Amino acid sequence: MLEPADITALAITLKLAGVSTLILIVLGTPLAWWLARSRRRWKLVVEALVALPLVLPPTVLGFYLLVALGPEGPVGALLAALGGRPLAFTFPGLVVGSVIYSLPFVVQPLRDAFAATGGRPLEVAATLRASPLDRFFTVAVPLAWPGFLTAAVLGFAHTVGEFGVVLMIGGNIPGETRVASIAIYDHAETLDYARAHVLSALLLGLSFVMLLAVYALNRRARLVAA
Amino acid sequence: MSIEARFRLRRGGFHLDVAFEVPARGVTALFGPSGCGKTTVLRVFAGLERPPGGLLRVDGETWQDGRRFVPSHRRGVGYVFQEPSLFPHLSVRGNLDYAARRAPRGGGVGLDEAVALLGLEALLDRRPAQLSGGERQRVAIARALAAAPRLLLLDEPLAAVDLARRREILPYLERLHRELAVPVIYVSHAPDEVARLADHLVLMDGGRIRGHGPVAEMLTRLDLPLALGPDAEALVEAVVAGHDDRYGLTYLDSAAGRFTVTGCALPAGQPVRLRIAARDVSLTLERQSGTSILNIVPATVEALAPAGPAQVTVRLDAGGVLLLARITRKSAEALELAPGRRVYAQAKSVALLS
Repeated sequence: MLEPADITALAITLKLAGVSTLILIVLGTPLAWWLARSRRRWKLVVEALVALPLVLPPTVLGFYLLVALGPEGPVGALLAALGGRPLAFTFPGLVVGSVIYSLPFVVQPLRDAFAATGGRPLEVAATLRASPLDRFFTVAVPLAWPGFLTAAVLGFAHTVGEFGVVLMIGGNIPGETRVASIAIYDHAETLDYARAHVLSALLLGLSFVMLLAVYALNRRARLVAA
Repeated sequence: MSIEARFRLRRGGFHLDVAFEVPARGVTALFGPSGCGKTTVLRVFAGLERPPGGLLRVDGETWQDGRRFVPSHRRGVGYVFQEPSLFPHLSVRGNLDYAARRAPRGGGVGLDEAVALLGLEALLDRRPAQLSGGERQRVAIARALAAAPRLLLLDEPLAAVDLARRREILPYLERLHRELAVPVIYVSHAPDEVARLADHLVLMDGGRIRGHGPVAEMLTRLDLPLALGPDAEALVEAVVAGHDDRYGLTYLDSAAGRFTVTGCALPAGQPVRLRIAARDVSLTLERQSGTSILNIVPATVEALAPAGPAQVTVRLDAGGVLLLARITRKSAEALELAPGRRVYAQAKSVALLS
């Protein structure tokens, strides 16, 4: 059924999605918090930037990343100067691309969850002698918990479905940057429909189950809140 | 020791200009119509609003002045919001623990005491969503107490609950008033709550302070609207002197003299508060003998002020107790009432408040 090369591709996909989701939650939480609480006018600019990957063709994003991360690009040159190697066509390069590509899928549910909590519980916590960091972890995060689950599942699922960005900056190196979506593309190109079917069906099932989980969680959260 | 506040704040078209000083003990009521800025004053006390250049001193400690601003979480205020704001992700016990864990050791009310004071023993394992409005507000009050606050801020804690729940919570608040040393600022626009709970009164209107002082004096000041309105009333501090079982009456002693009310179950020696409406008080020059009225005390006229086209409000001093009488202008002239005139005040009805 599943050939070793396809298993490797699937493993890389899951690893990429897992690592990216973890980084996205860590980076996206403070960003979403700021977006939900700040009243600065230029917040709009940041919101638009965060949402950009929703509308941009992945190839455009991938192209700019390729230029930036390549040996001649600003990031690549900086890494080279620090003794590192360029990120283009590497797994870390894919992670960078995925984090940017899936950013809105994590930040927006988190921002909405923080905003829905409102300011009152935090004010209450402040009068009960909880410091800002204390209130964030003991009140804001627990109250936004369904938002965190939604953000993690959406970020993960969206990274699994990534194709254009990976194609541009990852190339197609088996065992390093060859993810499942690229493998399916290759199989279809070489008319190996049987292997394309197996991988496609797996991704279809995985995506459906994850989205089902999101909707079930949201429904439960609404019921609990009501 | 006192609570001192002086600040100005603009919110859109609304100007708040506040300056008052009240003792840092007992209950201070912030009283005024809805939208006059009472809640904003409380929020400034809690550090949730920061008026530029304001001054705030509580019990000798500066919470805000030109240079300093102590953030909310370092002030130690217990804030009960108008709508009960329990943490929905925690049980009743969790909500109380949240406050108790962050309270300074050995300070103020312990968790168990707060639970007992507000009668929450049976509710500890419930979730906020499973509580009635009145129960939630009781938990919110207990939570504020469990934080061992140096100042308790209550923002119309009874506004969001119906009349039955109000009757359920008021006794707890009165108990708080009697049994706890922590000073309270109580925001209200209900005269009944003020009469029951307040020791001091800060009268607000349109973002300004109209006056502040001891409640019994504020209620009878003829230069303030309270004494001139149709529901003007005076408060008398008294002590239960004894019961007359034959007639079902209770006798109460005050500095003004002895009052008689229909019987209550309070023990002798218990301090109580009496309320006497200005419209229930009539004046005579000599002590009446052939009358059904039981409550008659000698008094001296302090001042008079017109209240409407046909009536006057008379402020009386009865042995240091301030009373109000609402009588017609015609009667006032007939009795030649003027400051210093000695009269007898007869009260048709006296209400026992606690």
